[in-house]
Amino acid sequence: MPDYSWPAPEKRRVFGRRVNRVDGLVKASGRAKYAYDIKRPGMLHAAVVVCPYAHARIRSIDTSAAEKMKGVAAVHIFDGSAPGTEVLWAGYEIAAVAAETEELARDAARAIRVEYEILPHFVNEADLSRVGARGKPAGERITGDPDQAFKSADVVSEGVYGCPVVCHLTWETHGQVIEWKGDQIEYWPTTQSVSSIGAELAKALGVPPANVHVMQEHMGIGYGSKFSPDRWGIACAKLARQTGRPVKLFLPRDVEQQIAGNRPSHYARIRLAAKKDGTIIGWESQSWSTGGMTGGGAPPIPYVYTNIPNVRINHTAVQVNAGPQRAWRAPNHPQASYLTCCAIDDLAHRLGMDPLEVFKKNADYTARPEVYRSQLDKAAELIGWKKLWHPRGDKTPGRIKRGLGIGVGTWGGAGHLSNCRCNIHPDGRVEVELGSQDIGTGTRTVIAMTAAETLGLPVGAIQVKIGDNRYPFSGTSGGSTTVGGVSSATRKATMNALEKLFERVAPKLGVKPEELEAVNGQIQVKGNPKKALAWKAACNLLGSDKISEMGQNDPKNPMGLNTGGVGGVQMADVSVDIETGIVRMNRLVVVQDCGLIINPKTAESQCYGAAHLSICAALYEERIMDDITGRMLNPDMEFYKVAGNPDIGEIIVHLDNRPEHDKRGVIGLGEPPVVPGIAAIANAVTNAIGVRVPFVPMTPDKVLAALEGRTA
Amino acid sequence: MSARKKPPEVKKRPGEGVSRRGFIRDVGLGTGALSVAVAPAALAAPSTLAGPGPVPITLTVNGKQHKLELEPRVTLLDALRNYLDYTGAKRVCDRGTCGACTVLVDGKAVYACSVLAIEVQGKNIQTVEGLPLSPQPDPLIRAFVNNDALQCGFCTPGFVMAAKAFLAENPNPTMEQIKRAFGGNLCRCGCYNGIRSAILEAARSAQGGGKNA
Repeated sequence: MPDYSWPAPEKRRVFGRRVNRVDGLVKASGRAKYAYDIKRPGMLHAAVVVCPYAHARIRSIDTSAAEKMKGVAAVHIFDGSAPGTEVLWAGYEIAAVAAETEELARDAARAIRVEYEILPHFVNEADLSRVGARGKPAGERITGDPDQAFKSADVVSEGVYGCPVVCHLTWETHGQVIEWKGDQIEYWPTTQSVSSIGAELAKALGVPPANVHVMQEHMGIGYGSKFSPDRWGIACAKLARQTGRPVKLFLPRDVEQQIAGNRPSHYARIRLAAKKDGTIIGWESQSWSTGGMTGGGAPPIPYVYTNIPNVRINHTAVQVNAGPQRAWRAPNHPQASYLTCCAIDDLAHRLGMDPLEVFKKNADYTARPEVYRSQLDKAAELIGWKKLWHPRGDKTPGRIKRGLGIGVGTWGGAGHLSNCRCNIHPDGRVEVELGSQDIGTGTRTVIAMTAAETLGLPVGAIQVKIGDNRYPFSGTSGGSTTVGGVSSATRKATMNALEKLFERVAPKLGVKPEELEAVNGQIQVKGNPKKALAWKAACNLLGSDKISEMGQNDPKNPMGLNTGGVGGVQMADVSVDIETGIVRMNRLVVVQDCGLIINPKTAESQCYGAAHLSICAALYEERIMDDITGRMLNPDMEFYKVAGNPDIGEIIVHLDNRPEHDKRGVIGLGEPPVVPGIAAIANAVTNAIGVRVPFVPMTPDKVLAALEGRTA
Repeated sequence: MSARKKPPEVKKRPGEGVSRRGFIRDVGLGTGALSVAVAPAALAAPSTLAGPGPVPITLTVNGKQHKLELEPRVTLLDALRNYLDYTGAKRVCDRGTCGACTVLVDGKAVYACSVLAIEVQGKNIQTVEGLPLSPQPDPLIRAFVNNDALQCGFCTPGFVMAAKAFLAENPNPTMEQIKRAFGGNLCRCGCYNGIRSAILEAARSAQGGGKNA
C-alpha cells in the first residue's frame, strides 16, 4: 500500500499556493448553469399555492377553475395537504400548477380556491413569560454544586441575551427541474447532497434509486437547508410524470424564507459566579428557543468554556407556528457563542477587569487552553487591543462611541465518507470523479489541487468531474466535512493510479516502480530529473488501456489525512452613533486555527464570508413575526436586511496554520469562522456605549432603547 | 488609453438613480453620493395599449436582435431567462433589492427584474454573456477570479455588470470610494472583500497602472 500521507510542507508544489478557483471564470462570466438556469425542450413552469395562515385546517380545495385555464397542463395537490389537514405554519404547501409559461402558472395558482378554518396561533417566543403551554421544559442538568459556588462567589453577574430566528436566504432559491424518460428520472436539484438526494426522491416516488440521475454543476448557497428533495421536489416529479414533460418548480423568495429552513432562536438568562481574580466558579442558565413546531434544542452552553465546574442548566423548547428549522452553518454554535461570551463580558465588567484577561484566565476550562490563549493574544495584537480597549463606555466627547469586543468558537470538521475514481488516459488526460458538490466553498479547486499535487501536474491539467450521482458516492456537504473527505479520497485514488502508471514506466527507465516519483509534469527516478519520461510519454505506454483506480476516505480511519476540532477567536471594532443608534463596523478580526491549508485563497474566502454573516446577524438580520396575523412580516429582501458592501467595514483574516496545526491534516473550514463574530460585535457595542443591548440584531431602535434604559 | 465611452445621457425621472435599499441606507448614514445608480430605464409613453395576450417584442441583446411573442407583463429578466437563454442575470429577490439581475440598458445599470421587456425595445441591452470569455476574458471577469470575488457565484454576474457601469462613471476610483459603493448589489456568501479588490484591479489595469495606486 502506498504511503498516502501528505507531503511535508517543504515538498509541496501545489498545496499552500493561492490558486484561483477552477470554476471562477465560468461563474463570473455568467456561463455557469445552475439548476435554476436549466431549460429543457418542452419544459413546463410550475407555481405553488401556500397556506396564508399560521394555524388552520384545510376545509376544501377547488382546482377546477385553474384546470380549465389556457396553458395549464396539470394541477397537483401536495401529499399531506388533503382537505381536513391541520396546517401548522404559514407558507405550508397546498397545491402546484404546471403551465406553459411561468406567468400562466402563477395566474392558475391564484385561481385555486382553498377554504380554511382558521385556528389560534402563537408565533413569538422572545418573552418567556408569555409562552405558556407552548413552552416544554427539557429538565434540569446539574454539574458540581452550583448553589455552593454562587454562595461562595466574590462576584455574581447576571444578564439576558437573545438571537432571533434567521433565514437561510439561499440566493438560488429551493427547487429543481425534473424530466421523466420512461421510468428513468433526470433530476436537476439545487442541493448539498448530490450522491444521496436521488435515492430519497426515488423512495418518495416508489422507483428504484438507480433510476434517478442527479446532475448539479453549480449551486447558489445551501447553508444547511438543501439536503433533501423536499415536498416541492416530490410535487415537481409528480407533475412531470403526470404531464410527460419536463417541469421546473422553484419556490418564490417569500415562500423560501417562510418554509425552506431557518436557524432557531436562542435566548437565555445567565448568571455567572466568580472569584475576585476573575476565575469563573459557577454557571446558571435558563435558556429557551424555537425552531418552529418542534421547539428548539438546548444550546451547547456554557460554550467552549465547557469545563466550568459548577453548572445548573435549564432549557425550554418553545413551539411556534412558523416554518421548521434546518441545519444552519454551524448549527447552534453562533448562538451558544453569543450567549456565553456576552455573559463572560458582563462578568468582566462586574469584576472591573479587562475581558481579554477573563477570557484568557479561564481558558483552562476549554478543550484546548493553549490554542485559545494564543489566539486571544493574536487577535488582540491584530486589533490593537492594548491601545484601543477601554473600560465599558467610551468616555471621549461627541456622539460617536467606539468599542472592542471578543467572541470565541469551536467546531469539528473531520472528513466524511468519500470515494474518488482517478482515470489516467493513454493521451495523458487525468480525470477525477466524485459524487460530490461544490457549494461555493471551492471544493472543485481543492480536488484539482490534490490531484495535481500527487501527480506532479499543473492544476489546469486535472479534469474534476463532480455534481453527478453516477460518480462514486461522496458524502453530503454538511458539518464542514467535505474538504477533508474529498481531498483524502482524491489523494488515495490518485496515488493508487500513479502506482499503476509507475509499474508501466519503471521497465522503460530500467528501475523499480518504487524508485519513481511524479514531479514537474514528468515521471522521473527519485531525485534525478534527467532520468525521466514526460507525463504524456509515460501515459502513452498504456497503449489502449486507461488506468482507473479508486480511493476512499473512511471516517473511521482517516489515516492522518484529515481530522476535526478547531478553535477560533474574533474581535470586533465598532463605532456607535448614540444619537441615531446606528452601529458601524470598523473592523472584524478573524483568527482561526485549521489544519493543513490546501488553498489559502479559498480558505480565507470562507472566513471573509463567515465574518460577513456574523455582521448580518449582529446588526441586521431577523425573521419578524406578527402576533396578530401570524405571518412573517419581512419575507422579502427589502425588510429582511443583510449587510451590503458599505456595511461590513474591514475584515482581517489570520489563519493559524503553524506546524502543530498543519501536521493534523485537513480540517473543514466552512463553519468554524461563522461562530464567534456575533458575540464579538455585541460585546464591542456594549464596550462602546456602556450598556448591554440584550438582543441582536442591534438595530437603531434596540440601541437607543438600551441607552435610555428601556426594554426594546 | 482607455477606449471607454461615456454612456449616453439618459433623462432621469424623479426617483431615478436611487435604489430603495440604497435610499434607506443613504438617508440613515449620509453616504449616498457614491452608491451605484441602479435605475429603471426611462419609460416612453405608450401610444397604444398592448396585451393582455402576447404581443410581438423585439429585444436587442448584446447586439443581437431577438423577435419574441411576449405578454406585456413579462419582465426583462424573465424574457432573458425564460424566453431566451441568457441565464447570467439571476432571479434572487425579484423585486429590485439585491442586484443579482443587473444588466446594462443603453450603458446604464438596471435591475432587469424591475423593468418590463416591452419597455426596453429599441435599446441596447447588455448582459454578462456579452462580455468576452475567450480567448481572453474581460478584464473585469479576470479580476473577479484573481481576487476570489465569488464563492457560490450566484450574485456575481450582477456585480460584474454593476461594476461595468460603476467604472464607466468612475474610471479611476480609490479603495475608499469602492468601499462605500455597490449598495445596490448584495452577496450572501460575503465576498465583498474580494469584490472591492477586483474592481480596483480592473480599474488599474484599464488605467495602465492608475493614479490611486
